[in-house]
Amino acid sequence: MTTTSITLAETPLLALVLRRADDALILGHRLSEWCGHGPMLEEDIALANIALDCVGQARSLYDYAATLDGRGLSEDDLAYRRDVGQYRNCLLVEQPNGDFAATIVRQVLASAFLDPYWRATTASADPTLAAIAAKAEKETAYHLRHSAEWLIRLGDGTAESHERAQAALDDLWPYSGELMESDEAEAELVRAGIAVDPAAIRPAFDATLAMVLREATLTAPAVTWRQSGGRTGRHSEHLGFILADLQYLQRAHPGATW
Amino acid sequence: MTDEALAQAARAAAAEVCDPEIPVLTIADLGVLRDVTVRDGAVEVTITPTYSGCPAMDVIGVEVQTALAKAGIGPARVRLVLSPAWTTDWMTDEGKAKLRAYGIAPPQGRASRRALFGEESVACPHCGSASTEKISEFGSTACKALWRCRACREPFDYFKCI
Repeated sequence: MTTTSITLAETPLLALVLRRADDALILGHRLSEWCGHGPMLEEDIALANIALDCVGQARSLYDYAATLDGRGLSEDDLAYRRDVGQYRNCLLVEQPNGDFAATIVRQVLASAFLDPYWRATTASADPTLAAIAAKAEKETAYHLRHSAEWLIRLGDGTAESHERAQAALDDLWPYSGELMESDEAEAELVRAGIAVDPAAIRPAFDATLAMVLREATLTAPAVTWRQSGGRTGRHSEHLGFILADLQYLQRAHPGATW
Repeated sequence: MTDEALAQAARAAAAEVCDPEIPVLTIADLGVLRDVTVRDGAVEVTITPTYSGCPAMDVIGVEVQTALAKAGIGPARVRLVLSPAWTTDWMTDEGKAKLRAYGIAPPQGRASRRALFGEESVACPHCGSASTEKISEFGSTACKALWRCRACREPFDYFKCI
């Protein structure tokens, strides 16, 4: 039996683009799972819209990654033909949707990082990354505003919504640190003015969270340990299930189009 | 036909293509049509998406080809560019007037980064009242938000200013 799986020779730039692309695709996929299940019609539409933005950003990034790879692969090959250990997304974005509070907390944590990250990346010395960032930063501003407003409403709402929002925050907080991690290959790109140092986003991330949590009457957990491993392909069990769903058709019928 | 005359004819044909989601606007009104060039008889049409995930781009590409074919212009290359990033500042005044007449509040003012919180003031496209409220940042398409008028009680779409 032939395998449909592919492995990429990850140069520092390709590795960077895959991290950003996989974050966008997996978060977009998770959000798309809400389609038809939102707590109300407007929110169902909003979550699907945010999912669409994420998948759109992922497409642009995979297209660029395929160009960098240089073997004539397409954006679809990168999404559908890499195994779980080849995925470079952070663990936060693959966490299950849980209840609505968990989805909102995950979105606030991701957006509070991605929004300033993409804004800073608009100044990248790499013109393609800068162009993708200029689109993405307009979109992530809406994602952050939307999810932050919801978190305030939930935290400062009823006893039940407050309790659920705090529980979701306690559960997901240890996953937020991985957003700000990088490695030596990425540091090299930072020195070349191509990438933004994720750690440099920390002050903006902290300031946003402090403001939103204060308004939401929620408390940032005191834990300092962090979950980590996604950037090197060590994922939680959840990603395998996502890929089984996402990749099924191309794995069962390689190259199928319609 | 000279390259220049061909470019002019191609531009006129492409500019008539309507946005599939908001058929009252052409891609020229929206600022999605960026450029039409001809080199040695080869036509290239450049378009840009409003949002990264805009699902209308493939359809727009096909419709540009169809419009050019109808105008008797041979196969063209449709190129998608991301930079410079589309902004509602590119929407023409005519486009904004068409949107309002269609029942969609046009983007207000110049695109600039808003504060994380704080409301915009959007006039109702039906009755003109400034007494309106936002229902959701996200509407029927990525580029629109859902609003409601307190005066005439009608819900309406607002074309987000980005």
